[in-house]
Amino acid sequence: MSLVMTLASRNLFHDQLRFIATLVGIVFSVVLVLIQMGLFLGFGRMVTTMIDHANADLWVLPKGAKCFEDPSLLDLKLRDKVASVDGVASVVPMVIGFSDWRLDSGEMTPVFIVGADLKAGVLQPWNVVEGDGRALSQSGSVAVDRSYFDRLGIKGLDATAEIRGRRVKVIALTDGIRSFTTTPYIFVDLKNARLYTGTFPSRASDLIIRLKPDADRAKAIEAIRTQVGDAEVLTSDEFRSRSRSFWLFGTGAGAALFAGALLGVIVGTVIVAQTLYSSTKDHLSEFATLRAMGSSNKYIYNVIIYQALLSAVIGFILAAAIGYVVVEMTAKSALPIVITPWLVIALLALTIAMCVSSGIVAIIRVVRIDPVTVFMR
Amino acid sequence: MSEIVIEVKEIKKTLGKGAGQVQALRGVDLTLRRGELTLLMGPSGSGKTTLLLILGCMLTPSSGTVTVCGTSTRNADKEALAKIRRDHTGFVFQSYHLFPTLTAAQNVQLALDIRGDHGRAAAKKAREVLGLVGLGQKAKSRPGALSGGEQQRVAIARAFVANPSVILADEPTSALDSDNGRTIMRILAETAHERDRAVLVVTHDPRIIPFGDRIIEIEDGLLVTEKSGEPERLRIPKAAAFRP
Repeated sequence: MSLVMTLASRNLFHDQLRFIATLVGIVFSVVLVLIQMGLFLGFGRMVTTMIDHANADLWVLPKGAKCFEDPSLLDLKLRDKVASVDGVASVVPMVIGFSDWRLDSGEMTPVFIVGADLKAGVLQPWNVVEGDGRALSQSGSVAVDRSYFDRLGIKGLDATAEIRGRRVKVIALTDGIRSFTTTPYIFVDLKNARLYTGTFPSRASDLIIRLKPDADRAKAIEAIRTQVGDAEVLTSDEFRSRSRSFWLFGTGAGAALFAGALLGVIVGTVIVAQTLYSSTKDHLSEFATLRAMGSSNKYIYNVIIYQALLSAVIGFILAAAIGYVVVEMTAKSALPIVITPWLVIALLALTIAMCVSSGIVAIIRVVRIDPVTVFMR
Repeated sequence: MSEIVIEVKEIKKTLGKGAGQVQALRGVDLTLRRGELTLLMGPSGSGKTTLLLILGCMLTPSSGTVTVCGTSTRNADKEALAKIRRDHTGFVFQSYHLFPTLTAAQNVQLALDIRGDHGRAAAKKAREVLGLVGLGQKAKSRPGALSGGEQQRVAIARAFVANPSVILADEPTSALDSDNGRTIMRILAETAHERDRAVLVVTHDPRIIPFGDRIIEIEDGLLVTEKSGEPERLRIPKAAAFRP
């Protein structure tokens, strides 16, 4: 093995205080970027959770609907028009909207009603841990997530409350269906959803379309578009993308997360550049000796680059360990931080790029070394 | 006649600019041959370090030619000059310039490493050469744990481990006591004679004169005398000399 690695590691570990400062810079930077990007991914997942769990091939939405929670309404007559299109297996209307949940104590809290025809099985509560979601078709039956007990002022199954002046009873409990708006989702049957949101029977929020297995998807979409007029027809992927785009960029939330991540990268780069530069300055006479002995510039650059790489790998491992703890701690929170394998790989690449680019300042300094200095001392 | 390793002709070097300009070398001709230990002596400011730097391809002359092992340094850029040093020259510095975080063996191995000679064979060769300078037992010691003489021996081992054609030594004994100075000069003389290398020692230490095959004196940027042969013919007090 070349001594480049040995020289790099000795240079790095020689001054332990500076090495710790380097690691703190890298860890701070990587953890900050990891949290920001993890929040971005978590947020991105949360805003599409309903779309992800809907058994839909296509969605018919009111023109300009920006996301699943958009309160605009469609004319239900579109349902029959769409159902007549060749290749369409089913068209299921959905009604969603904000409402009020009134506790027995008289206290009120906002809730978000999600209602679909349960028999069609296009969007039902998932992760049901207690009770039976199929019983939602009964009048006054609702399913809630158990993480919202405090918000809803209930303690479990069979709890009662009022929505829009109508008595409701909790007949099923889910686990992990959280809303990024912090307003609890309340799953109900379509008929009840109309009552709780004040939606006329002739209107619906969206239409969920299932295509026949042998349907020509492109042709069916084209045909549906001609039937729905002003309304929009989106695939689930397109709807997801639009929802994410609205919540993450339309609201500025994504930009704020990216700005935080960028800040982390800048802080990390500056700290690593500063410590690498200072380490290089301390070892200038050694680099000059190498140069006097006939070493190529590349050999010396490699020492500095290896120092940067070593810092990157050690810093990344520490940051990843801290990140893992943070992910675990937020797993059950309103906005969990989501770390995917790709994010980890991208962060490692970013850390390496950050550290290596930080070495450029040190390399610029080394380029100016005159080997003659070795003879002057 | 032995093979010429370095040849300089009509070397002139001006240092500084404007009013502070100094003519450090004013037309120097010199050849260094294999198997010869040459001493370059002269008072401070005489131009001996400037000449050493030009011979070592670290400084380019204002005029004149430098040829190292048949390669002219004319028009060579910094990287090309570094390659000439790497291929043909070993250096011994006055202040040793060892790497404090590396062991003695690693310091020697470094000279092979920068030449692209890595791996176990290089490590073994470094230890063997360290043994040749009498430091086989201290291969794993760091420079901080070695005496001045031992550090200079490590530096010499580093200078000749890669079999360079010429070894340029800058005041190698000036920081050492008599015993260590003698040991260092013996090793350098052996390097010249037994390993057939050209060795140039820049010094103003008269004690090492007995080791020189040639003694060249430089004054005001010009070579003023060149002597060869027995130390008795050289005007030095016997009591002051290191005896080979």
